[in-house]
Amino acid sequence: MRTRARTFRAAGAVLAASLVLAACGGGSDDDTSSSGDGGDTPSASGGDLLIWVGDGPGGDATTEIGKAFGEENGVNVKVEVLPGAELQANFVTAAQAGDPPDVVMGAHDWIGNLVQNGTIDPIQIPETVSSTIQPLAMEAVTFDGQTYGMPYTMNNIVLIRNTDLAPDAPATVEDMVAAGKKAVQSGKAEAPLAWPVSDTGNPYFINPLYTSGGGYMFGQGADGSFDPSDLGVGTPGSVTAYEKISALGEKGEGVLKRSVNTDNAIALFTDGKTPFLVEGPWQLTTIDDSKINYEVSPVPGFAGLKPASPFITVDAAYVASGGKNKTLAQEFVTNYWSRADIGAQLFEATKNVPANKDTLAQIEGDNPAVAAVSKAGAENGQIMPSIPQMAAVWDPLGKAEAAVIGGADPKSTIDSAAKAIQAAMKE
Amino acid sequence: MLLVKVVGLGFLAAVALFAALPLIRTDNWWGLAIVLAVTALAFYIYLSPRPVPLKYLLPGTLFLIVFQVLPVVYTVSTAFTNFSDGHRGTKEQAITAIEGASVKQVPDSTIYTLTLATDGDAATGDIVFLLADPTTQDSFVGTADGLEDLGDGSFEAASPGGKITAADDYTVLTVPEINARQDDITAFSVPTDDGAIKSQGLSAAFEGAPQQSYDEGCDCITDATTGNVWTADDSEGSFVSKDGTQRNLAQGWKVGVGFDNFARVFTNDTIRGSFLRIVVWNFAFAIATVAITFALGLLVAIALNNPLMRGRTIYRSLIILPYAMPGIAMYLVWREMFNKDFGLINRLLHTDLNWFGSTASSMFAILLIQLWLGYNYMFLVITGALQSIPSDLVEAAGVDGAKPFYAFRTITFPLLLVALAPLLITSFAFNFNNFSAIFLTSKGGPFPPDNPSAGSTDLLITYTYRLAFGGSGADYGFAAAVSVLIFLIVAAVSIVSFRRTQALEEIN
Repeated sequence: MRTRARTFRAAGAVLAASLVLAACGGGSDDDTSSSGDGGDTPSASGGDLLIWVGDGPGGDATTEIGKAFGEENGVNVKVEVLPGAELQANFVTAAQAGDPPDVVMGAHDWIGNLVQNGTIDPIQIPETVSSTIQPLAMEAVTFDGQTYGMPYTMNNIVLIRNTDLAPDAPATVEDMVAAGKKAVQSGKAEAPLAWPVSDTGNPYFINPLYTSGGGYMFGQGADGSFDPSDLGVGTPGSVTAYEKISALGEKGEGVLKRSVNTDNAIALFTDGKTPFLVEGPWQLTTIDDSKINYEVSPVPGFAGLKPASPFITVDAAYVASGGKNKTLAQEFVTNYWSRADIGAQLFEATKNVPANKDTLAQIEGDNPAVAAVSKAGAENGQIMPSIPQMAAVWDPLGKAEAAVIGGADPKSTIDSAAKAIQAAMKE
Repeated sequence: MLLVKVVGLGFLAAVALFAALPLIRTDNWWGLAIVLAVTALAFYIYLSPRPVPLKYLLPGTLFLIVFQVLPVVYTVSTAFTNFSDGHRGTKEQAITAIEGASVKQVPDSTIYTLTLATDGDAATGDIVFLLADPTTQDSFVGTADGLEDLGDGSFEAASPGGKITAADDYTVLTVPEINARQDDITAFSVPTDDGAIKSQGLSAAFEGAPQQSYDEGCDCITDATTGNVWTADDSEGSFVSKDGTQRNLAQGWKVGVGFDNFARVFTNDTIRGSFLRIVVWNFAFAIATVAITFALGLLVAIALNNPLMRGRTIYRSLIILPYAMPGIAMYLVWREMFNKDFGLINRLLHTDLNWFGSTASSMFAILLIQLWLGYNYMFLVITGALQSIPSDLVEAAGVDGAKPFYAFRTITFPLLLVALAPLLITSFAFNFNNFSAIFLTSKGGPFPPDNPSAGSTDLLITYTYRLAFGGSGADYGFAAAVSVLIFLIVAAVSIVSFRRTQALEEIN
């Protein structure tokens, strides 16, 4: 989700860059068809496995892992660390121009778009390997019945609690609000809780409450694939959920506020101004640095309603369809990248929940907070839909969320959002 | 002089060679022809003594074509296509992608342990798969003709049924050798009754068959398991379900759609409903930004142009300082300063205003940010222009008895406008499309609860961005169409304004 937030922030740059890139690629558009018959000389880039990875904590670790793989096999491996917010767009553009890397690392919700652009290949993961990966992570990289990537980290948001201000993990939202308000009344805290909403909303962060109230994004078929014709926004369940959310909003309890966003929520918590923070494991290093005593527990749901499901996002390695060294790319992705010791190396760098079961078992003891994140995800987590239609949901639903939390009528607001989403999906 | 010419042309030849190699590699003959023609032209012009004016014009003309004309031509031509995610390439590429994505392992087939080898020399021999079945412990050789048993004793394996490490009649390939033969390996498969055996990495091979295949006869894709049929629709660039029960296949191709993208702008209900309101605010935003930054810049410039004022250099540096900071970061800082509960502004003023929560305050906040970010630039150019106006004009007016303000209004200001009018027009054109000013602050908000797609402070460009990139992937064709429309608006305004400026000059 950090990537999503950054995507929006850098959106202007992306717009400009993609138009420019598209323009640059334009000159050769007419010729790509004629060059599709493999006029490339294998020697031109032979021996170099090219890997693209987003900048971020995992970038440098990937560079080292790539180097080790190259040494093991007697080939050169080049890892390029690129701006994460533009990685997907740049990869699709490069693939379209006929010059993609061999392997690209990215979030699992890229898969829908990468597949509709024909830029990645399905991979066959042997049972011996897939059984070492957490089942939810394998489910995340499965699209239309095919496996497209090798998961390496997975994330979900959790409730991070300042144990000095709130000793016990709340079982329900109501308990949490009561404990938060108590901390404020006693003068120890300034805000009952810090839950990122922002002026334009954040459906990723509100999903536990949305699902607890009975909402869903897209219906799932028997095989787990998401059905774009079954949109959950606008259903009675989604309205009930937003009525409950509205009650926590600015005109209700006043604990969910548009002024709280992903930038200031973390500061509220590390300054000791709030007992509860809803965030992901990527913030744990920052919180560790702040010396606040904290514990991690699942984001609670409404009392007596459905369980609260945080979205699970998975980072995975993909084999590019147009890559020049496919055999090595497949080998790297299926057999090397999936290894437990590689997972441990990545964990040291990223502190994200490892997708490899053995790695998780290995690090759990020393990292109770990460173990708690993983447990919360495994209990109630829900794979974030990877179908391309999901892109049409984020913006309208987020704005509806912000409006409802600001005091707008839940039913009519959600209905309008559903209409906007349907319209965007049609085009 | 000759040395400069030799070095320059040598450099040009090197660049041309650098550009030509990838073009040759991808069989891009048109591109190669253009590179050759341009290089030849440059050599002719600079080596022949005659066409002197061209020597000056050529570099500028080339850059104009590359950086101005080509992007415009490309944008306009994109506006007439369905270029978007899922419609980027050719029909052939879409078919390859569909078939490739549908290759599934044949049910109950085995995953072999693979050793890549050649029949004969490693560099030239035919590719073969040496396969071991881990369950039955049988070993095979797979060639383009099919699967054959490997004779007992003719090969060595790591363990019974394990990876084959050597075989009598075949050369086992090393990893670098495999990489050198990559294209042959990708193209190679071992035919079987149910499909074909393909390699997967260095040591696995599976028997797979495409579930969806293209048939040229009916120009359609058929799914082998479900029997669903999708027919190619060349006007839409998609494979469309024949009986209408299935969604279009996700992988489509790029086709020309004529004026469809433009039609969508004018027929879409949400666009029609909010278009006029957005255009009005868009003009107001651009004009107000130019006006207030110009007004404040002018005041400050005049004040700091007074020779009686002390410490002018320090003030000038301080004023220009914010202009040197990256605007994108400044927008984000300002957005946080306007935060309702944690922002500096509400804390300073002891107010509890949700600045981006109501239309009026959101517009006010945006213009305030624009003022802070923009007046320094205006100050800079006005100071320059003021200093170029001869002071004896104003002094002469003073001798004739004109009051200072009268002299300013009738002499200095008109002269300033003559110098600055083109700048004001370009500033207007820039702010008309000032994407980050909106997207990084209010994000177009506040949004009415019943319409999440058009906010009260949306500009055409931010609104379009949401429409073009908020659906199921990026829609470049539509974005290009709206860009063309915005271009027409800005061009019309600019042309009219520049005409006016010329009139201004004639008066003087």
